[in-house]
Amino acid sequence: MSRYFTEDHEWIDVDGDVGTVGISDYAQGQLGDIVFVDVPEAGKSLAKGDEAAVVESVKAASDVYSPVSGSVIEGNAALADEPGLVNTDPEGEGWFFKLTLSDASQLDGLMDETAYQAFVAKL
Amino acid sequence: MALNQSGWRPTSPEQGSATSATFTGNKALMLEEALIFEIGSTDTSGVEVAEPVSTASRLGNLARTAPIGLPGLSEPETVRHYTRLSRQNYAIDLGLFPLGSCTMKHNPRLNEKMARLPGFADVHPLQPVDTVQGALGIMNELAMWLIELTGMHGVAMSPKAGAHGELCGMLCIKAALEKRGEGHRKVVLVPESAHGTNPATAAFAGFTVEDIPATAEGRVDTDALKARLGPDVAAVMITNPNTCGLFERDLKAISDAVHAAGGYVYCDGANFNAIVGRVRPGDLGVDAMHINLHKTFSTPHGGGGPGSGPTVLSEALSPFAPLPYTARTKDGHIHLIEEERADEFSAEHFGGKLDSFGRMTAFHGQMGMFTRALTYILSHGADGLRQVAEDAVLNANYVLRSLEDTLDAPFAFSGPCMHEAIFSDEGFPEGFSTIDVAKALIDEGFHPMTMYFPLVVHGAMLVEPTETESKAALDQFIGALRSVAERAKAGDQSLKTAPHFAPRSRLDETLAARKPKLVWKEPVVTSEAAE
Repeated sequence: MSRYFTEDHEWIDVDGDVGTVGISDYAQGQLGDIVFVDVPEAGKSLAKGDEAAVVESVKAASDVYSPVSGSVIEGNAALADEPGLVNTDPEGEGWFFKLTLSDASQLDGLMDETAYQAFVAKL
Repeated sequence: MALNQSGWRPTSPEQGSATSATFTGNKALMLEEALIFEIGSTDTSGVEVAEPVSTASRLGNLARTAPIGLPGLSEPETVRHYTRLSRQNYAIDLGLFPLGSCTMKHNPRLNEKMARLPGFADVHPLQPVDTVQGALGIMNELAMWLIELTGMHGVAMSPKAGAHGELCGMLCIKAALEKRGEGHRKVVLVPESAHGTNPATAAFAGFTVEDIPATAEGRVDTDALKARLGPDVAAVMITNPNTCGLFERDLKAISDAVHAAGGYVYCDGANFNAIVGRVRPGDLGVDAMHINLHKTFSTPHGGGGPGSGPTVLSEALSPFAPLPYTARTKDGHIHLIEEERADEFSAEHFGGKLDSFGRMTAFHGQMGMFTRALTYILSHGADGLRQVAEDAVLNANYVLRSLEDTLDAPFAFSGPCMHEAIFSDEGFPEGFSTIDVAKALIDEGFHPMTMYFPLVVHGAMLVEPTETESKAALDQFIGALRSVAERAKAGDQSLKTAPHFAPRSRLDETLAARKPKLVWKEPVVTSEAAE
């Protein structure tokens, strides 16, 4: 399984043709305490860069973009009751949604963990 | 009535010691106040209603049997409850209100005197037009002033606030595009330096929003904007001066490019206070702009509203303005142009049939605010309004330059700011952020500045002092903000729990947002207490 990052601070874990998407630890730190998350419903078709989810913190509301094109399999229902999971475990239990990738070659344009950490260090 | 049934006791270190806690929970003349449900009782009432002579009811089994659940209070108890709550409020009549982008200026009392004249205060929107010529005259004269000050062609007076005015402008753009047969233009470009309401308005009006980045100096990236223009772009929504407190110097070039590409330019006029009397947006190629009468023209807002957002329109968009509007005919009479006369009026003035997109509101708009705004305009005159803008800019620059040695000012190198100064949380130690500074300002007796907006600045603090503050008032505020900022930079842990002197100390905003309690529920009486 490999993990990729976007410049908009989403991560995606890819296992076969299934991707799991969330926001990075850096992103949750910048947003502050998360108070509401709106995840997409299963069956929703997303193009790379589409607004896929909404995350609200005590500071701001932000869109979460889909790192790749695909069809949503599942939104993380646990976030409805416990949006704080995004703060406590952003790159684990705080995942946003899973989708079936329609074009795996789109992953080539994303960063790996090392490249992303270097990208964040410059911000 | 029992005091402090909510059981709240002071918790912060300064208030919580045994010697300073009082029996009542009050702190001298600052009175602790419980919820109205906690102090009310169904045994008490403000009025005594006589038993009905006949008790025959036609409600049948629909008559209520359960208690109604409303708190009963006598008249003095009710008055005291709300007066006590009002004393915990902060208002422009109490002190400097530095909320960025809100233009919290003094509301002159002359405005109030004029708005309370019975001839203006007591009119009804359905009165015969002959009996309200004075009120219509106010609307018409204010409309003429707004057109003159902005260099535009027409104005829709009915929008009720800023975002409502934005919607009015975007609906005019939509109607104009559809009339041209170009309803397929669906993209609205919104720079990062624009107001947060702009993308919401565009989306609500049925457009798709695309962001345009800001440059390092805090202005629109003109090249990126021009590169995105095309046959799918309906409009650009730009805020000038922008939310970084800077004047968009390239607006005329942007407008020309947008027009050449077949689009329209919406300008968010919320920050018009910085340029009123100095710059006419019409000269910069703007097609539509709302004016917040409750900001630039000093009508009350916040708790004292309501707002009012007349929207000025270019010649291209004026025919699509919402009804009703006022117009003076050659005989000197002022008419209210409504649906039944609109075609005729449109033929006379625009050489065509009615193109209005409809109505924004049932009636004419905020009459009380029109009277206040026109009073403000007439009492200042054209030269006075120009000085308003100059003094507002001067005051903001005084704040910026006085604090740039203590707080990081990301755009200080971009030249003078306009109506507001912006600072970031750069240089604060780990664990300290803008919110700690803002909360400590409450202890210093000020309403905090706008926080964490615009998003392009990390931990943004947006300060708009307005022209109505004296140098002495500004110096006091600057001194307070400097003191708090220095404490933050020194890692003063007491800031993390500020405010300490407010009726409530630091609230858990996260818990309040995650698990809001919106309805009061009667506390369950424990068996021990019931015995």
